[in-house]
Amino acid sequence: MTKPESEWTWKELPIGNVILEPGNASQYRTGDWKSLKPVLKKELCVHCGLCYIFCPDMSYNLDAEGYFIVDLFYCKGCGICAKECPTGAITMVVEEEEK
Amino acid sequence: MGKRVGMEVSIAAAEAVKQANVDVISAYPITPQTHIVEYLSEIVANGEMDAEFFCVESEHSAMSICIGSEAAGARSFTCTSAQGLALMAEMTYIASGLRLPILMIISNRTLSSPLSIWNDHSDAMMIRDCGWIQYFVENGQEVYDHVFISYRTAEDREVLFPAIINMDGFILSHVIEPIELIEQEKIDQFLPPYQPLHCLHPDRPVTMGAFALPSIFAETKKAQEVALRGAMSKILEVWKAFGDMTGRYYQPVETYRAEDAETLLVTMGSIGETASVAVDQMREKGRSVGLVKIRLWRPFPFEDLKQATLHAKQLVVIDRAISVGACGPVASEVKAALYGRDPRPSVYNFVAGISGRDVAPSDFIKMVDKTEIEIGEGNKEGFEIYGVRE
Repeated sequence: MTKPESEWTWKELPIGNVILEPGNASQYRTGDWKSLKPVLKKELCVHCGLCYIFCPDMSYNLDAEGYFIVDLFYCKGCGICAKECPTGAITMVVEEEEK
Repeated sequence: MGKRVGMEVSIAAAEAVKQANVDVISAYPITPQTHIVEYLSEIVANGEMDAEFFCVESEHSAMSICIGSEAAGARSFTCTSAQGLALMAEMTYIASGLRLPILMIISNRTLSSPLSIWNDHSDAMMIRDCGWIQYFVENGQEVYDHVFISYRTAEDREVLFPAIINMDGFILSHVIEPIELIEQEKIDQFLPPYQPLHCLHPDRPVTMGAFALPSIFAETKKAQEVALRGAMSKILEVWKAFGDMTGRYYQPVETYRAEDAETLLVTMGSIGETASVAVDQMREKGRSVGLVKIRLWRPFPFEDLKQATLHAKQLVVIDRAISVGACGPVASEVKAALYGRDPRPSVYNFVAGISGRDVAPSDFIKMVDKTEIEIGEGNKEGFEIYGVRE
């Protein structure tokens, strides 16, 4: 079973660090690269999906209510969604350590 | 017993590659390695050897092809020298990180500048830390033998590291020596076909050479480090098996008239044979001098070296390369091996025979003389480039 790279011990690594299980890039927590995170004001959102289209990491997913919600596990904090949002519904705020 | 034939050492090396049933050869010609790759190219073209021969545009590509072919499960071989190795250096680290048991012969030559084609160990020392098994051989027979030894060791599931055979350019590569060829049936028995652990194959997709974040990189390096140190037992086991087959037993560190010697010469590579002549001459005059020869450079045989030098009062370590601004790389390792031992011998480091300058038996005697004078004057260690005109 694939697990995030930060949980592997040196003894568990396959020889040559070969990746034997396809698709485990989904376990790369690129989300910890960011210093700013996007925050959505739902009252301004027009559901246009531009954030979803422009996100270079495909971090936005459509939820049951029709909002595009960012997955912070992958979001690198690039800010393209906030820049492209036509109504200014997305703002980038400093990500703080979780208490 | 196999047939004993007079042949150029480069040709013997190529014959060994043929006998080892290598699948892929990828190399770019450079002096003094050229004869190996020329001969291999010829026998592949003539249909005498069933292998793919890739004429590439650079050494970087030569190693890249070996990495690809080895990853696909093909036994792969390359050889180079000096500037060629420098161009290949990037890929040598990748081969060892991916744990691909490629074999490379380095026909050792001086790195520029000044431009020089002659022999020393500066090229090998440039990639000292590349994570390969690294042998330094002394004569043509050892080159021939180590092709089989290297593949069997490198391809072992408990090892899986690429291996380098360092042989002195010209001094070995262009010299005709008597070589005892081993019968093909014996080699086939000693060296079974390569069974890769992980292999690029469409039916079983894997990723090789993936990216590693800082959160896992140190774990990968520890795994590699522990594995290369741990390869020592298998290296010894394969040498033993080879000895049982041929009668030629090899050791990581070998000694010559060293047991009771107060002064020990320490050498690596082909100058070991010349040094043994000097030892005989000094012994005839009643001087207490012996010889220690390092055959295995990585993993470094710290324990064997300690044992071999247990009773010596002084070591005369001869390096054939300089770490400019420090000292000779062999001397660094020897000193590291001895640190913490009490009492420990004095270490005199001579850099000699760089860029093909001859080192005659009389030169070793002069180095021992110089060391004994310095010790007599109370100097516990020293470093000099030997034989330089003042």
